[in-house]
Amino acid sequence: MSGKYDLLSEQGLRLDGRRPHELRRIKCKLGVFEQPDGSAYMEQGNTKVLAAVYGPHQAKGNQTESVINCQYSQATFSTAERKNRPRGDRKSLEFKLYLQQALSAAIKSELYPRSQIDIYVEVLQDDGANYAVALNAATLALIDAGICLNEFIVACTASLSKSNIPLTDISQFEEVSGGPKLTVAALPTAEKIAFLEMSERFHIDHLETVIETAMAGCREIRDILEAAVKEHLLHMGSASDFAKVG
Amino acid sequence: MSTNAAIDLALDRVDWRDLAAQTEEQPRVYTPGEVLMPEAGFMRGHGTFVEDENIKSSVAGVIQKVNKLISVRPLKSRYVGEIGDVVVARVSEVQQKRWRVDTNSRLDSILLLSSVNLPGGELRRRSAEDEQMMRRYLDEGDLISAEVQNIFEEGSLSLYTRSLKYGKLSQGILVKVFPALVKRRKMHFHNLPCGASVILGNNGYIWISPTKGQEEEGGEGGFAQNLNEHVPRADREVIARLRNSILALAKCKLMIYDTSIQYAYEESLRYEAHELLQQNAIYDIGQQTQGRLRDADE
Repeated sequence: MSGKYDLLSEQGLRLDGRRPHELRRIKCKLGVFEQPDGSAYMEQGNTKVLAAVYGPHQAKGNQTESVINCQYSQATFSTAERKNRPRGDRKSLEFKLYLQQALSAAIKSELYPRSQIDIYVEVLQDDGANYAVALNAATLALIDAGICLNEFIVACTASLSKSNIPLTDISQFEEVSGGPKLTVAALPTAEKIAFLEMSERFHIDHLETVIETAMAGCREIRDILEAAVKEHLLHMGSASDFAKVG
Repeated sequence: MSTNAAIDLALDRVDWRDLAAQTEEQPRVYTPGEVLMPEAGFMRGHGTFVEDENIKSSVAGVIQKVNKLISVRPLKSRYVGEIGDVVVARVSEVQQKRWRVDTNSRLDSILLLSSVNLPGGELRRRSAEDEQMMRRYLDEGDLISAEVQNIFEEGSLSLYTRSLKYGKLSQGILVKVFPALVKRRKMHFHNLPCGASVILGNNGYIWISPTKGQEEEGGEGGFAQNLNEHVPRADREVIARLRNSILALAKCKLMIYDTSIQYAYEESLRYEAHELLQQNAIYDIGQQTQGRLRDADE
């Protein structure tokens, strides 16, 4: 493995002081915008993402299937060095396809023939694991829009330290310090993996534990998101006493 | 320069959650993928699916049971039409023998040429000329009120306006809220005592217009649009206030129907119409209206 530093200190702490299995702090909010059908804001450590969902609405053209259309963009001010193009570069297009792929696994698209669902995500601040946080925000926005899903789809990253200890939810600093990065998007209850991506190499013997670490992160994130959704629903519904339906 | 600019400080930002804090018993809410109950002996309705012999929720919302039918109602979603619903819609395309209209539902809705009352009496024959005149009756961008006549197989709605109540809308304001906030009731057309009329579309589109005199109503078959008529300033102020009151209700997630609108309007009288855009005024109106509605229920 390359890299100048080890990702884990002798005391068993990571560069930002977390223990190997710990996630960064997650903050999220549903229904942040009025115009779209659903929206969400998600913060994982210092990575901050906004997501908005429009639809399902009439799709253009004559296809009978449902269309899931994503846009991934990264604010010009999101990185340490100003980005010139917020979207349309190679990385954004790649992420857009990956988002589409992962979300199609969760959306019950057979219920939406001839319809189109537009999902826009914007990274406001980049502190690593952008794709994972963007996907988590998109899930929340879809739920806010009342779109039928098989279950939560959540993503989490994992890495491996030089001492072969798996690390959950890696930050930007850990990413650039040269550790490997494995991104998993999963349906945690069904234990299905919808998307998997790896950068840098490590020995195949460790693959299973690293995937399992990422999956454990997914389950943990799912529980956090679920709690946030329930709290949001209770606040939203109880103003009008749930329209007198129990 | 005007000096009455309002500045909202983050310090005195309103916490909308306080509006919800008063309810004692909370219903159980479900999230996508959560198991509702075993499949045996139950039927799955909207918002649910069957997996591993369990009925699971596919949306986030509250459970509804009708005998053995289990469904989950999301608190917010696109409009799901039912036959007989009153809707306010915008014409998006003129096609042969039909109009395509936007009703905020999953697919565009259809208004057939044969489902409208053309001027000149109900029994008049339809000719090819009518097809060429379609744009004369309703053009792209026009707003109409209509009723859901039928639901097509893939889920799009067929509307009709063959009643004097329905037809083209002329002068007024359109307010959009999410459809779940509009209560399904017998009456969706209201002449409010404050001097304006509202059409509460089930699709979340609400139309506010000045109340017409008795003699002007009906008779036209719904294609007259008098844009030259001058609406007095007082009426326009009432309409603007009504719009802001309805948006305040929506912001506070309160159900929208004649009584709640009336209460919100009355509560709003303590403010100037333009002050109703400020967060604390909206919150105050929401709180007062909610209190009065709950008192009325008891």
